[in-house]
Amino acid sequence: MTTTTDHHDHDHEHHGPAKGLTRWIYTTNHKDIGTLYLWFSFAMFFLGGLFAMVIRAELFQPGLQLIQPEFFNQMTTMHGLIMVFGAVMPAFVGLANWMIPMMIGAPDMALPRMNNLSFWILPFAFAMLTSTLFMTGGAPNFGWTFYAPLSTTYAPPSVTYFIFAIHLMGASSIMGAINVIATILNMRAPGMTWMKLPLFVWTWLITAFLLIAVMPVLAGVVTMMLMDIHFGTSFFNAAGGGSPVLFQHLFWFFGHPEVYIMILPAFGIVSAIIPTFARKKLFGYSSMVYATSSIALLSFIVWAHHMFTVGIPFAGELFFMAATMLIAVPTGVKVFNWVTTMFRGSLTFETPMLFSIAFVVLFSIGGFSGLMLAVAPADFQYHDTYFVVAHFHYVLVPGAIFSIMASVYYWLPKWSGRMYNETLGKTHFWLSFVGVNVTFFPQHFVGLAGMPRRIPDYSVQFADINMISSMGAFLFGASQLLFLFVVIHTIVAGKKAPAKPWEGAEGLEWEVASPAPYHTFTTPPKID
Amino acid sequence: MTEQQQPPRSHIKVVMVSIGTVIGMLLFVYYGLRPLYFLICEWTGITGSSFDQAEAQPFVVQEDRPIKVQFLALNNAAMSWQFHAVDSEVIAYPGEVVQVSYYARNASQRDMVGQAVPSLSPFEATGYFSKTECFCFNQQPLAAGEDAELGLVFQIDPDLPDWVKTISLTYTLFDVTGEMEVSLLD
Repeated sequence: MTTTTDHHDHDHEHHGPAKGLTRWIYTTNHKDIGTLYLWFSFAMFFLGGLFAMVIRAELFQPGLQLIQPEFFNQMTTMHGLIMVFGAVMPAFVGLANWMIPMMIGAPDMALPRMNNLSFWILPFAFAMLTSTLFMTGGAPNFGWTFYAPLSTTYAPPSVTYFIFAIHLMGASSIMGAINVIATILNMRAPGMTWMKLPLFVWTWLITAFLLIAVMPVLAGVVTMMLMDIHFGTSFFNAAGGGSPVLFQHLFWFFGHPEVYIMILPAFGIVSAIIPTFARKKLFGYSSMVYATSSIALLSFIVWAHHMFTVGIPFAGELFFMAATMLIAVPTGVKVFNWVTTMFRGSLTFETPMLFSIAFVVLFSIGGFSGLMLAVAPADFQYHDTYFVVAHFHYVLVPGAIFSIMASVYYWLPKWSGRMYNETLGKTHFWLSFVGVNVTFFPQHFVGLAGMPRRIPDYSVQFADINMISSMGAFLFGASQLLFLFVVIHTIVAGKKAPAKPWEGAEGLEWEVASPAPYHTFTTPPKID
Repeated sequence: MTEQQQPPRSHIKVVMVSIGTVIGMLLFVYYGLRPLYFLICEWTGITGSSFDQAEAQPFVVQEDRPIKVQFLALNNAAMSWQFHAVDSEVIAYPGEVVQVSYYARNASQRDMVGQAVPSLSPFEATGYFSKTECFCFNQQPLAAGEDAELGLVFQIDPDLPDWVKTISLTYTLFDVTGEMEVSLLD
């Protein structure tokens, strides 16, 4: 793909960013909003990480040492909610804001004012959620899945704040998704045809469709909870003709597409980085697009695999087991394509590539444990054990989070105009890689041995493995402070980066200067 | 692509279609998924919970096929009433109309309203166990200290699968005092 870009007229130079705090409050610039999203997500990553450290510290030894079980439950709940809705999702929206307009040759997002609103809702939503920690009765303690009746009949009073926080996050996500869809559908540069779109754009388009399809389901579920708690309805209350099992069906009808919302953009990131450092075109571009779409479609018909032990008809178990295993096919296509892209490539191992390769390997491990969990009769043993914890942390930490870290190292030169320190970056990678595996790999074994999840205390035979797991967690947590240092060090004191710091990189974002000017592609580029 | 100058495309249209999808999904949860769940529960009988009032059918009673029917009683959460089956077990023959009863006593100091929710095991028998009268069809108010005999009349359909020898019927009693009256018979 060859492109020509217009350098903007000097008349427009005075349209630079405003000065001071108002720049960030009033901004409608996609790069500013992307930056806000990314820093917000980084802050939430540390807050959720702090909660994880409290959890692992308590689990360092059997018995209750540091915190009470009630507070432990609040920690697991808040850790999950903050990481899912506060760290992973906003990070991807931030990346979408920064990269999608530059990748498709658009001057900005389609709906810049709504973009501003969808970001600025988030700090309020999370302030509200976090404030529950200081309320009478404590924060939500029913797990991030907030199953009724734990979250209705037995919930602390702060559950109402939780419900409104979820409503706000949902509104923010829906607005972000509509923006992404409008941008990709309407603002592609002339000649940027569907099959020329970078995969990150494709995966985000599909993710955005998933978001507008399932965030309303989540909103509906929490609204029904609100009605049950305050207005005497009985959606999830058997005494009034409702059903707590209905809650689980509705929640997972949202929840399963949600886990793909958290991984599809990661697929796009890795599909951008691996070809760059393999110096080859991505193998099987169109199959990647079709695989992503099939994963998204399948995600709507597998939700009950989270509920095998709840009681569903035998035929239902068979169906959901088979449908779940079917997802391994498009996922396998993707892993195959990444590996084949690397095969006989001129590989170099800069930090983004290290994170991407680790993504491919460790995400596959998470995929395999997912297959084990998909087997309905086996799931009866694994359900609600640490095996499940190990599984979803393998797909979310070295999956989603590693891809976000890879993208930060990959595009930071474009964002800041400065190069990160490669030694520090690699140190961060290796510490994270060791930390994540030491933390989560042993959890497979305690899980298979029967240790239940979401408990502050455990039988003594699990003591050694839990101690190892906690030490890994402390290592992983501490190494993220190094990540923060690397990012700040780059912005403040990094070496100047050229427009295209990676020789194998392709795409419109590398055609503009580093750091990317405040306004890019005000005249659309020509794409042949 | 051949065209050099693309006409500006309408963001409004995309936004409208998206918001339409969002509203459509909200309605789908309420009017689609929720009723669908209860329909599937009814078709499969998996919850073992039926509130349908049946008419007694003129079946020929199968005298040679005794079915053991067990009656259990559970109190949900903070429900303080004494609640148990008068006979914990009866032998019923398919086709026969059988009358049994439960006993409930509000031993607390306040007037309360209870609601019993049935659950039948094995769930495959749900569709063959018809209740012609059941205290679970209505809410049961009991004044402080009051007690009541709660009647249940049932009939087992002779088409009951052969492998079912024992049916267990559990009633869970919920405290619905002060809650909105909701009809379970809809």
